[in-house]
Amino acid sequence: MALRTTPIADNAPNKITVKELDFFYGDFHALTDITVDIKEKAVTAFIGPSGCGKSTFLRCFNRMNDLIPSARAEGLVSLDGQDIYETGVDPVDLRRRIGMIFQQPNPFPMSIYDNVAFGPRLQGVSKKAALDEVVQTSLERANLWKEVKDILGRGGLTLSGGQQQRLCIARVLAVEPEVMLMDEPCSAIDPTSVQKIEDLMAELKDRITIIIVTHNMQQAARVSDFTAFFLQEVAGDPAILVEYDRTSNLFTSPKDRRTEDYITGRFG
Amino acid sequence: MAEAPGAQAGSGTLQLVSRRTHLKELALKNLFLLCAGVAVAGVVLIFAFVGVRGWPIFAEVGPWAFLAGREWNPTAGLYGILPLIYGSVVVMLGALVIGTPLAVGTAIFLSEIATPRVRSIVRPAVELLAGIPSVIYGFFGLIILRPIVADVTGGLGFGAVTAWLILAIMIVPTIAAISEDALRSIPPGIREASYAMGATQWQTIYKVLVPAAKIGIIDAIILGMGRAIGETMAVLMVVGNAPVFPESVSEPIATLTTQIVMDMPYAAGEHRTALFGMGIILFLVSMGLVALVRLMSRFQTAMESGR
Repeated sequence: MALRTTPIADNAPNKITVKELDFFYGDFHALTDITVDIKEKAVTAFIGPSGCGKSTFLRCFNRMNDLIPSARAEGLVSLDGQDIYETGVDPVDLRRRIGMIFQQPNPFPMSIYDNVAFGPRLQGVSKKAALDEVVQTSLERANLWKEVKDILGRGGLTLSGGQQQRLCIARVLAVEPEVMLMDEPCSAIDPTSVQKIEDLMAELKDRITIIIVTHNMQQAARVSDFTAFFLQEVAGDPAILVEYDRTSNLFTSPKDRRTEDYITGRFG
Repeated sequence: MAEAPGAQAGSGTLQLVSRRTHLKELALKNLFLLCAGVAVAGVVLIFAFVGVRGWPIFAEVGPWAFLAGREWNPTAGLYGILPLIYGSVVVMLGALVIGTPLAVGTAIFLSEIATPRVRSIVRPAVELLAGIPSVIYGFFGLIILRPIVADVTGGLGFGAVTAWLILAIMIVPTIAAISEDALRSIPPGIREASYAMGATQWQTIYKVLVPAAKIGIIDAIILGMGRAIGETMAVLMVVGNAPVFPESVSEPIATLTTQIVMDMPYAAGEHRTALFGMGIILFLVSMGLVALVRLMSRFQTAMESGR
């Protein structure tokens, strides 16, 4: 299916730059020597077998790993040229610019309206008219408005799994993030909803940069412009970035033998 | 039951349950039923007993003179328990006002802020509070708190204020434990979502977690109310025991429970009946509180399944 519009130009600006990143959980060395440029307003997919550190890597971008006391990142991760791990950078502000969608839909136990209004309210928006508008716009952009416009007061948890995930997307979109991180967003929902979310990604990438972790190679091939393949070659060793390329190249003519083995289903 | 249909087909018949096993199972089932029955029978018997002994007071003095009478003076035949109800309510509310923030704060600290190490020290300490005999709380109140209260408010320090402080500490373990359970039962994904939305820890706590645990916290407070209104010994030792409407919260008052204990050793006849009548009131209040908790959890179930 032709989800992708025009291919991203080679000289498209980099939104996020990662240089020689190493990541540790206490003594465990999870990732080593990762260098990658994430293009602006493109969809980048991270693929690889389970436990290869793709989610860990994704969580470096919004510093969600900070919440784990023993976690530590070394190297450079920059957003629009600014090092996000620099002393003094407020992770709270960073997370407002880089939204995140999780594997398990996690709406707050409050109404649909309050879920979407959560971010704007945190930023101090309190006027009803302004909130009404941002709630509607965000739900529309998440392709959920038609289904919920008459039940905005109902609890977010009463929606179906797929609707909940789109509600979470609306909640993120409400704060106009520049980047949206998606950590296996489709692995806990039904196939029809998966389709809706993939369509949504294609629409959203005109405006925001999307990074998606997926264990589903077909999904990576369908939705992404660029793909990065991660691998932990020996159990206990840190994972590495094996290959990073345009999705069309990586899936049709991989340069690395290990990538080829993985995408042709020889392991993983 | 005797012969399973189709048992004759196939190569071998299945063994039937032996009579021995059957009897053993039956005996165990009934044993556990008996255990549960004792608890229920206890409630019913106590209520019946207190009811039978106390009921006549409503006829003898009249329900209005009993419940709304402003003077408790058994020697003069006046059995108005309004000052005692007032005392119980004042003592309970004050204790809740002071104890609830303390307890909910403790719960938030234990569930959200404390490292596992700190938690492993603080939590048993809080639980230990529940295990201290109330007479010890009374001592503490009498010896340590009463003089302080006396200095601050003037007077002797016997009164509602001292009782508030003691009771506030006594209800902390109840409220904190149940509130902490409510907070910890929130799925971790909810916290992650909040942080990922750019909420600070404080915003996550008061905008997401406390609202999500609201029903559980209210349950906890209601149970704390039950504890506060029923507490006798510690209150008795610091409250001053004057069945009157005091002019200020630092002057002696009495509660339903303390008055019962004070009078029971010598009360006879109508006076004794009146004490049992007060027991009925206490019983109804705590049943009401338990019913409230039940209603709350039903309300929560209804909310979650889509109001």
